Amino acid sequence: MWEVVGRAVLNWLEELGAGALLLLRVLGALTRLRWEVQETLRQMDRAGVESIPLVLLTGAFSGMVLAFQTARQLLAMGAEGFVGGLVAVSMAREAAPVFTAVTVAGRVGAGFAAELGTMRVTEQIDALQVMATDPVEYLVLPRVMALVGMLPVLVLLANAVGGFGGYVVALLTGVPGPVYLSSVREFLDFADVLKGLGKATVFGAAIGLVACTKGMRASGGAEGVGRATTSSVVTAIVLLLALNYFLDLLLF
Amino acid sequence: MILEGRITLTDLHKSFGTQVVLRGVSLMVEPGESVAILGPSGAGKSVLLKHVVGLLHPDRGEVRIDGHVVHALRDRELAALRMQMGMVFQGSALLDSLTVGENVAFPLRRHRRMEEHTLQEKVLEKLKLVGMEGAKDRMPADLSGGMRKRVGIARALALEPRILLYDEPTAGLDPVTARAVDELILRVQRQTGTTTVLVTHDLVTAFRVAQRIAVLEEGRFVLVGPPQALWESDHPLVLEFLRASSLSTPGGEEGRR
Repeated sequence: MWEVVGRAVLNWLEELGAGALLLLRVLGALTRLRWEVQETLRQMDRAGVESIPLVLLTGAFSGMVLAFQTARQLLAMGAEGFVGGLVAVSMAREAAPVFTAVTVAGRVGAGFAAELGTMRVTEQIDALQVMATDPVEYLVLPRVMALVGMLPVLVLLANAVGGFGGYVVALLTGVPGPVYLSSVREFLDFADVLKGLGKATVFGAAIGLVACTKGMRASGGAEGVGRATTSSVVTAIVLLLALNYFLDLLLF
Repeated sequence: MILEGRITLTDLHKSFGTQVVLRGVSLMVEPGESVAILGPSGAGKSVLLKHVVGLLHPDRGEVRIDGHVVHALRDRELAALRMQMGMVFQGSALLDSLTVGENVAFPLRRHRRMEEHTLQEKVLEKLKLVGMEGAKDRMPADLSGGMRKRVGIARALALEPRILLYDEPTAGLDPVTARAVDELILRVQRQTGTTTVLVTHDLVTAFRVAQRIAVLEEGRFVLVGPPQALWESDHPLVLEFLRASSLSTPGGEEGRR
């Protein structure tokens, strides 16, 4: 029993160590200014631009459900003047960054882990090294930077469609349009939006690092790649929620 | 630094967890020589090869390329060394997001400054050498195993290395393709004078390509010598290998081709 627990803890620490080591190497590569500009742009397109439809969808629904719940509650109390503000502030601070990051961890993080994992088990990463190419510089850094750059953009989009979706649902639930809008103007501080985007930057780095660590450490053929992929999504989501809490303590 | 291409393995030991893979391997490969490391699956052949390019670090002992101890080099020195070494991987390990031509161009783009048309000429030259010039714009996934192997060889040759390493060059290929790959390895070695080390469990390849054969069993060399030394050996593994390959004489396979 203790042996099992001990081994689990050791594995966990090893993963943590690998992740921290990769973070250091990414930072090292960053300071050496060896940027694969083309590769980074390609990844930004894949990770960011191609995620837009999905993020529009999740962003709209999160705004809509927020509006639906708050409008019903607040209308019953005759406090419809708070609906717009509540929806907008919740979107900017929490819903947009967290839901978008979770979506991206599933879509992009899983893709990165599977891709790098496959490259690992088919010796493509060894081949890069033999060709005197640092896989951290060539594979990891562009992917991490692509997410750091694109996640805030995606979150901004989620804010926009979420706000709009919330507005429509609030109207349908019986909150007058002008009341909703003036409530947004009254309660939403631009700093809320900025802090949300700041969180998104950190989330982007976290998703990228977790996915690349899992991928680079994959072993054992197709099954290993599958395990790395699953584990990258689960780890990223848990890490995101934990990071979110501590970032909130720091920011708000 | 420009390499002569001498490889010296000294008392190499390597374990993974409780599994001991190399138990004291020593071998000297002269510049321009071609050596085959022959052994059954799991004897530690690939592990040995990965030590030569510094992908793995030995627990004990060392690999020297010319005078340089591979595992003690700093990143930049190791990179400089690797630019003069080519490795052909068992599954070819082509970058599957790039075309065949871009795979061969990859080391050139990263380590040589040259005009685009010079680079394209060079890529075509290497692809012609392996008979794959027609596949320049195809993706690796659309190629057969033998074709991928050829492209892997062309890529390994891109930087005109002093040392070429082959990991099971004929594994997974049909016999006809396997023999064609043997001929290719031999031709490349003769044309370029590159130090060649190949690990294989294919006796035919070893006989055809190598000037010396080293037989690896459970992490130790049990025999190192010219191909004919195998016929004179009475080591059980060597006998088993010869029997399993159903070769009565080294000319037997030649005669059938």
